[in-house]
Amino acid sequence: MIEIDRLRFAYEAIQMEFSLQVSRGECLAIIGPSGAGKSTLLSLVGGFETPLSGRIVIDGKNIGDLRPDARPVTTLFQEHNLFAHLSVEQNIGLALDPGLKLTAAHRQEIGEALERVGLSGMDRRMPAELSGGQRQRVALARTLARRKPVLLLDEPFSALDPPLRRSMLNLVDDIRRDRDMTILMVSHLPDDAERIAQRVAYIENGRVLGVYETGRLFGNDPPAEIAAYLHKPAES
Amino acid sequence: MRAASSTAVTRWLPGGVAFAWVAGLIGLPLIALSAAAPGGQIVEALADPYIRHVVLFSLWQAILSTGLSIALAVPVAVALARRPDWLGTKIFLRLFNLALVAPAMIAILGIATVHGRSGWVNDLVAAVGFERGHYLYGLFGILLAHVFFNMPLAARVFLRSIEDVPPENWRLASQLGMDFRAIFRLIDWPAMRRVLPGVAAAVFMLCFTSFAVVLTLGGGPWATTIEVAIYQALRIEFDIPRAVALAGVQIAICLVLGAAFLWSGRVGTGFFATERRPFPRPDVDHPVGRMIDCAALALAFGLVGAPLAAVLVSGLNGTSMAVLFDDVLWRAVGRSLVVAVLAGGLSLGLGFGLLHGVRLLRTGYGWHRLANTVELTGALPLIAPPLMLASGLFLLLRPFADVLSVGLYLTVLVNALMGLPFVLRVLAPAMARADDETRRLCLDLGIDGWNRLRLVDWPLVRGAAALAFAIAATLAAGDVGVIALFGSQDTETLPLLLYRRMGAYQMEAAAVTAMVLAGLCVALFWVIETFVGGRKR
Repeated sequence: MIEIDRLRFAYEAIQMEFSLQVSRGECLAIIGPSGAGKSTLLSLVGGFETPLSGRIVIDGKNIGDLRPDARPVTTLFQEHNLFAHLSVEQNIGLALDPGLKLTAAHRQEIGEALERVGLSGMDRRMPAELSGGQRQRVALARTLARRKPVLLLDEPFSALDPPLRRSMLNLVDDIRRDRDMTILMVSHLPDDAERIAQRVAYIENGRVLGVYETGRLFGNDPPAEIAAYLHKPAES
Repeated sequence: MRAASSTAVTRWLPGGVAFAWVAGLIGLPLIALSAAAPGGQIVEALADPYIRHVVLFSLWQAILSTGLSIALAVPVAVALARRPDWLGTKIFLRLFNLALVAPAMIAILGIATVHGRSGWVNDLVAAVGFERGHYLYGLFGILLAHVFFNMPLAARVFLRSIEDVPPENWRLASQLGMDFRAIFRLIDWPAMRRVLPGVAAAVFMLCFTSFAVVLTLGGGPWATTIEVAIYQALRIEFDIPRAVALAGVQIAICLVLGAAFLWSGRVGTGFFATERRPFPRPDVDHPVGRMIDCAALALAFGLVGAPLAAVLVSGLNGTSMAVLFDDVLWRAVGRSLVVAVLAGGLSLGLGFGLLHGVRLLRTGYGWHRLANTVELTGALPLIAPPLMLASGLFLLLRPFADVLSVGLYLTVLVNALMGLPFVLRVLAPAMARADDETRRLCLDLGIDGWNRLRLVDWPLVRGAAALAFAIAATLAAGDVGVIALFGSQDTETLPLLLYRRMGAYQMEAAAVTAMVLAGLCVALFWVIETFVGGRKR
């Protein structure tokens, strides 16, 4: 259970204040126009930005003062999820030991995580030898190895072509069910939300304007306040 | 393309002339010297155990200097990268720039002021009640001076390589909870390792061919590099075969090293493009890291900052007025100024010419391999011993020139060559960028040759050209090699005057001279950058 309570932050001219509740095991999509503060909200939860005030409570514990690595969350970014000079195995291994002293048990776990994302036997490869989709799979394998209950997705698949994106989303959805993970997913593609989210939060100008059941949002009768956004031609 | 035939000559002229100059200035002296030394005598000289000792010592001190410079540069670079907000970091980046262009003689005087028998360290030792020690002259002094010059060089390159790490890596490191040790081992060090072979090769080459430092601080025949042995063979023993033999060994070793380096130069894995959003390093708060950084910067200050400070402090003493109002000083200043501007200007001209030719070969005709070879000739002065070039030129010019005044001409010619690698280093990327940006447009509009250079290239590369000119001129102003070989009282430049005063143990007069030389170099650099470079946008 995630509870975001009047979390305030200022970026350039935008004053933001977020309040949001997410249940355990739920996938909540966050949509809205660019510059609305979607990624900022994830950065605040992930611990990469410091809020002016407000609270982030996860499973009854206020995590606002914890360093990023000590929070019960892990983030998958759009790019730069891997160290380019470290191998696939080392990149995943960092989740198990941040000093990269890997034991046989660690290696086995890395192998299992790779198998889960469909990249068995790729452990010796360097990131530059992988496709964009494979790189994000490696990053996803690392989030599995970290065993954090909350996964934050900051448009990690938006650079991939549609079939690949769909298969990655399905993989994420399967993992959520297996592990009972809670997911916050930022996307500028409503289609992504429709595919795996139970609920969708709409953000504009640094505020959560509403949270809706996915079915209602994409049905015949979307809420009036976001109909304009949804009917905009999709950005390429 | 009928009109092309009439302009073909002018198109090839700049590159051709520059290439002929460089090849001639390197090739002819070596041929002249070899002709003056019968082959049998060269072989005989090579068999001399003294030569073997000199070669081994040159290699040994260069290995030690390179190892020490790099071992110290690593923690210093990490400290600078971790603490961009510290006042010390800002001071250091300035100091390091000074150390990079400081003439060897100034640094040597500063080091002698700090580490000499009556220097600052010994004053401190005596004040606590111990005996003053001799430790400056010999291998230790050579290492001190080489670390002074090369540690900042290596630290700058390392710092740049760490700054090139995509900032997103710091976000990742904080998400994964990497501590300062893990960050050093897994991010900083891999970044530095990518540039390590290049840095090590450059530092090794500079130390291996070191002249002024070894001449003044070596302290005797035991601690002699090949370059200094060439000087002694020519100036003291008039032994041309030995000088040729020594030069041959030096060129051979440098060529082998250079070739090995080029051959081993592989492209690294490379980082992905970055969004360039700033993310803070997560390792700045660790108390142990903070202590290590303090220690590294303190050590760097002792090694680099103290000698520079010593030049300023000791420059103001009881003899200041007498030295400053002496004509000898100002005549030397005048000669150094002329040498600097002529050598720097010639260097810049050669650099422009070579690059013009290279561009013609590369983008005009698509002969990339030939273009690369021509560009590489610009790096040849790095391995050719300047004293050999000067001596060969002396033999060639002797029939035509006044032997007593020839020293200054030789200094200009040889320093123009010595500055060329640095000129190319700065100018080549700027010229390449200008070409990328404007080639199609110039082809379309028919702007070519001199017009293109004047109207298109010059405004684009002016800043880089001024920096190249300033570096070459400052190097020439501070050079003590060629003029030490051929200089006399009547052709004495400022660094030579400084060398003579230090040799005569007139330390106070020497300190004032060093301060004036430092002032000359700073002023030269500033004037050229400001007036040639134009206003910064």
